Amino acid sequence: MRLFDLNSFEEVLETLLRNKSRSLLTAFGIFWGIFLLVFFIGGGNGLKYLLSKNFDGVAQNSCIIGTRPTSIAYKGYQTGRNWELDVADAQLIMQKVPEVAVATSANMRYRVSMQVGNTTESRSVKGVFPEYATIDNPHLYVGRYINQTDIEQRRKVCVIGKNIAETFFPDTKDPCGRQINIGNIPFTIIGVSHSSNNMSIGSNAERTAVIPRTTMQQLYNLGTKAALICYTAKEGYTVTSIAKSVENVVKSEHLIDPNDKQAVMSYNMEEMFQMINALFRGVAWLIWIIGIGTLLSGAVGVSNIMMVTVRERTTEIGIRRAIGAHPSHILWQIIMESVVLTIMAGLSGIIFAILILYGVETVVAMMGAQANFQIPFSMAAGAAALLTLLGALAGLAPAYRALAIKPIDAMREE
Amino acid sequence: MIHLENIHKTYYAGSPLHVLKGISLDIAAGEFVSIMGASGSGKSTLLNILGILDTYDAGQYMLNDVLIKDLSENRAADYRNRMIGFIFQSFNLIPFKNAMENVALPLYYMGWSRKKRNALAMDYLERLGLKEWAHHLPSELSGGQKQRVAIARAIITKPQIILADEPTGALDSKTSEEVINLLKQLNEEEKMTIVVVTHESGVAYHTNKIVHIKDGIIGNIEENVSLDTSPFGQGGLMK
Repeated sequence: MRLFDLNSFEEVLETLLRNKSRSLLTAFGIFWGIFLLVFFIGGGNGLKYLLSKNFDGVAQNSCIIGTRPTSIAYKGYQTGRNWELDVADAQLIMQKVPEVAVATSANMRYRVSMQVGNTTESRSVKGVFPEYATIDNPHLYVGRYINQTDIEQRRKVCVIGKNIAETFFPDTKDPCGRQINIGNIPFTIIGVSHSSNNMSIGSNAERTAVIPRTTMQQLYNLGTKAALICYTAKEGYTVTSIAKSVENVVKSEHLIDPNDKQAVMSYNMEEMFQMINALFRGVAWLIWIIGIGTLLSGAVGVSNIMMVTVRERTTEIGIRRAIGAHPSHILWQIIMESVVLTIMAGLSGIIFAILILYGVETVVAMMGAQANFQIPFSMAAGAAALLTLLGALAGLAPAYRALAIKPIDAMREE
Repeated sequence: MIHLENIHKTYYAGSPLHVLKGISLDIAAGEFVSIMGASGSGKSTLLNILGILDTYDAGQYMLNDVLIKDLSENRAADYRNRMIGFIFQSFNLIPFKNAMENVALPLYYMGWSRKKRNALAMDYLERLGLKEWAHHLPSELSGGQKQRVAIARAIITKPQIILADEPTGALDSKTSEEVINLLKQLNEEEKMTIVVVTHESGVAYHTNKIVHIKDGIIGNIEENVSLDTSPFGQGGLMK
């Protein structure tokens, strides 16, 4: 039987086009459902992308330790004592906790005056060891990172953030080898970082110059004090599972009560990532439930209106049967009408949502953030397949009702 | 062509209604027959059975030497499509299709391509003088024009018989006469077998044979050989 030929498709299309308002009404539910689904999924992806940029390049199995005053008196020390981390703590953690892959310290200075030629701006400075790159990936655009020789020779070299590069060297993408005065001391630029994360508290990686820890020690007379210690867990271990042991090492080294919950401040990246992921998973579920719910109610709407339509078309269907339509012709005609309507409505919904998302993307880009708000092509294709199925299902009940129409009904209807 | 033997039909809607109580009738190829009777006499039921639109309970119906009984829906549809042309009182054109597409519709169910079926439909419309109206919707046509479109649709598959159910019922006397003359012409020139159900004797007296049905049985069969001898002869269609 010639069911899926152009001939019958033409007949279906003609019937739909000749009854425009009926078709439009039927199709609107599906259009709206798929529009909401695609728009929310695309928008959710974009938001997730924007948010995750804040953590871009930060190792997910890492933890950052800072200090706060103690809350419990211990070994002769009073409560409320201020204490400081030491560069040596990083080595100690590596020794005592074998599950730690890398531990390294970092120091920060904020609002440091930087100057090139006539341009003077204040930006942040971070003093690090080479291992720091394994925890906070600098996404080097050009050049290299701080290395061991820089540390040993206390070289005045720096890796500058994207914003610093654009502010002081607008003429070139590769300012390596050029000089920048940081706190009145000339530094040679060895690399440009395109990392954009917000992990250095109070400052963005784009607005930070990274220099060797030893150079910073000399400049600011730091001694062996460390502002932060960052560590990552070895493969196969989670940061959460070793955080306690690391804290205990630090506490016993600095004579802090093991029960002091306040003194050692841990920013567990893993937990943060998990929280954010859980949040977005929840939002994604919600979007799917709402979207599919709307889509289903759209399909029920199609089914409903097709049902009414079939009743209205009793004469037409009766005539068709009287002049030689097989029951399968009628069945196929109604199902095809439903499928074609659903797909056309769905595709226009997808296209409309993509256009709106494109608009959102453009507006966001104008505000200075790059984000991908679109849905993947595979998802659009999947949605189209789902629509076909939905359309066929929506058409089933009306089609079976149409089958019950006998040719004599055409004459009785008058 | 048509051979009916002791056809019985009962409707079971509430209390059983014995509509046809043993109808036996023979209609030869090329005959122009009318079936007359009061409403409720069973004439429409008989036409529905002849047109394979309805089933019968007992008896035998042979159409062109094929036994029409217990057919599958598909077989019945194919026979209707190829062997029978229908003309209805209310025209039964599909409202959103233009005249040409309505005429071409039976060919669609025969699997013809759009181009071929529309071309043939144009030929038929031209023959019936409706060429200029081919692209008009039924709502833009007069009653007579609609019935001529319906006739074109009925004959486009070159069926052996044409069944007309009160074909002039919704028309005025002038257009009624045109339609009857058209049927007569088809009968005389194309040698088509035509069965008309009517309660208008003016229509019936244009046919060769008048079958009177009363209360589900055939009363008498009038041979109407010389049309001119009837009191409602040529040009005297009574309305």
